[in-house]
Amino acid sequence: MKQCRAKNGGDGLNKHVLLVEDEPNIIEAVSFLLSRDGWTVSTHSNGHDAADVIRAKKPDVLILDVMLPGRSGFDILADIRNSEGFSEIPVLMLTARGQAKDREMAERLGATRFMTKPFSNAEIIETLHEMSVS
Amino acid sequence: MSRDTLTGSRIRERRLIIGMKQADLARHAGVSASYLNLIEHNRRRIGGKLLLDIAAILDVEASVLSEGAETALLATLREVAALHPRQPVELDKTEEFAGRFPEWARLIDVMAQRQSSLEQTVVTLTDRMTHDPQLATALHDMLGAVTAIRSTSSILVQTEEIEPEWRDRFQRNINEDAQRLTEGSQALVAFLNGETSQTDQFTTPQDEIEAFFSQSGYYFPDLETCATHEAAALEIKEMIERSPEILVSASGRSQTQNLLFRYWRDAHALPTEGLLDQVSIHGLEPDAIAALNKVDLGSVMRRLASIPGSILAPLITDDRFDIGADGVGLAVCDSSGTLTQRKPLQGFPLPRFGAACPLWSLYQSLSRPLIALREVAEQSGRDTSQFETLAFAAPVTAPQFGAVPLLEAHMLIVPLSKRGDATNFVQARPIGVSCRICPRASCVGRREPSIWASGL
Repeated sequence: MKQCRAKNGGDGLNKHVLLVEDEPNIIEAVSFLLSRDGWTVSTHSNGHDAADVIRAKKPDVLILDVMLPGRSGFDILADIRNSEGFSEIPVLMLTARGQAKDREMAERLGATRFMTKPFSNAEIIETLHEMSVS
Repeated sequence: MSRDTLTGSRIRERRLIIGMKQADLARHAGVSASYLNLIEHNRRRIGGKLLLDIAAILDVEASVLSEGAETALLATLREVAALHPRQPVELDKTEEFAGRFPEWARLIDVMAQRQSSLEQTVVTLTDRMTHDPQLATALHDMLGAVTAIRSTSSILVQTEEIEPEWRDRFQRNINEDAQRLTEGSQALVAFLNGETSQTDQFTTPQDEIEAFFSQSGYYFPDLETCATHEAAALEIKEMIERSPEILVSASGRSQTQNLLFRYWRDAHALPTEGLLDQVSIHGLEPDAIAALNKVDLGSVMRRLASIPGSILAPLITDDRFDIGADGVGLAVCDSSGTLTQRKPLQGFPLPRFGAACPLWSLYQSLSRPLIALREVAEQSGRDTSQFETLAFAAPVTAPQFGAVPLLEAHMLIVPLSKRGDATNFVQARPIGVSCRICPRASCVGRREPSIWASGL
């Protein structure tokens, strides 16, 4: 697990975002991007214990990949939504599969937003801003 | 009408099996031939003493005639009716139908079984395309790499002040992901073309045939030594029997047998030793070799494609060509354009499923039969390899007044050297493999969107 603090003090208002993603170069790029935007970024790359990490870190916003080693993002989302104090946490689901059934599954399990890879940097920043203020 | 009304059909069937005339059976049983005819066509009931007498004459138990073996057939007919509720049938007349039209009933049975088998195949293929873990993993990895490249490159382009160590790290990441994307793309295209070695991938006879020929390098020297058709038949039978794990279907074995017989006939008419001598003199000029040996151009193309690259390459002095270990490639199609024989090359795969690129000279030749076509073609893809293709279509049916002949087209595929300006003497025709995996968006021959354009 890594943590990266904001350097430039952008619009992220120093809120804490946890990125659960297994692609190291996506982690690095998104972490850099969000920290420049003013977010405090934590990362985690293993699905197996991701729910425990989320509960322990209590992020303001969660970015959760669907296909993770050890456990799927859908399972993790269902798990944390059933945890006390985590029913309202904004969750952005990321997936390489943009099929309607995946989107429906994410919505049914309580995802706040759903984004298909490859996404643009502007898209992910804008989405996080919308999620953090709503 | 109840089940015993099938008794007449069984009497008729049994009588025909033992070769007895209807009139003879009627006379022995003490009834008129016309009455027996009505019985045999289930238009009169039969039982009691007459049934026992006829059973004795036919040398069969009376119960066999009265009960029969149609239970399974009747069950199938009822099952077929149940599967098509929108097409109402007279279920109460199932037995009468089976009795009066037994061959039609059996045909329905055969067709129902065939439909069930085909449906299972469709389910298997659909499942393979939608849930294959190899396909899903390849796509996930590729999209992961694309996402990382897109995000990282945007950072590099759009961030005005970026520390040198971050810039260096991101450049390294892009390089890594680009390499991963390249390998993933190649693996995906290989998968879509069925270039896998697992026997469980053999979902069609064409899979089996290609695997069989590929494992021998398309070269069968032992078969070429067979002096007679009988010896070749024995050798081919043994070759096929030695590959039960590859040639799993009857269709695959049958088609392989036909192709091997054709191979033997080609080799018999144009032995390898003489062919190689002529290649060393004339080069890759199949028309000249065909004329010298008085054989058809297609057979020379097939012979050239069967020669391993290690044997063929040293004989080719024309530096335009770059013959690799696989030698030269071959595609053969019939009048419908269906590929009936194939030898793919590195950089020039031949689709196993669906139609190939309509811009190939193979298909041009079908519209210009008996004219030998030679052109330089450039394959789509990462390295845009160039090939010289030699194509020729000729009738395979004898001339007949008023009948359009069926054609067979051959296309020899010769890799061109990437050195120097080997292909500058003529404009290369841009071609692809098949629309589905071709990135040429504005191609005039496009039939369907490419996965590269429409998204996966």
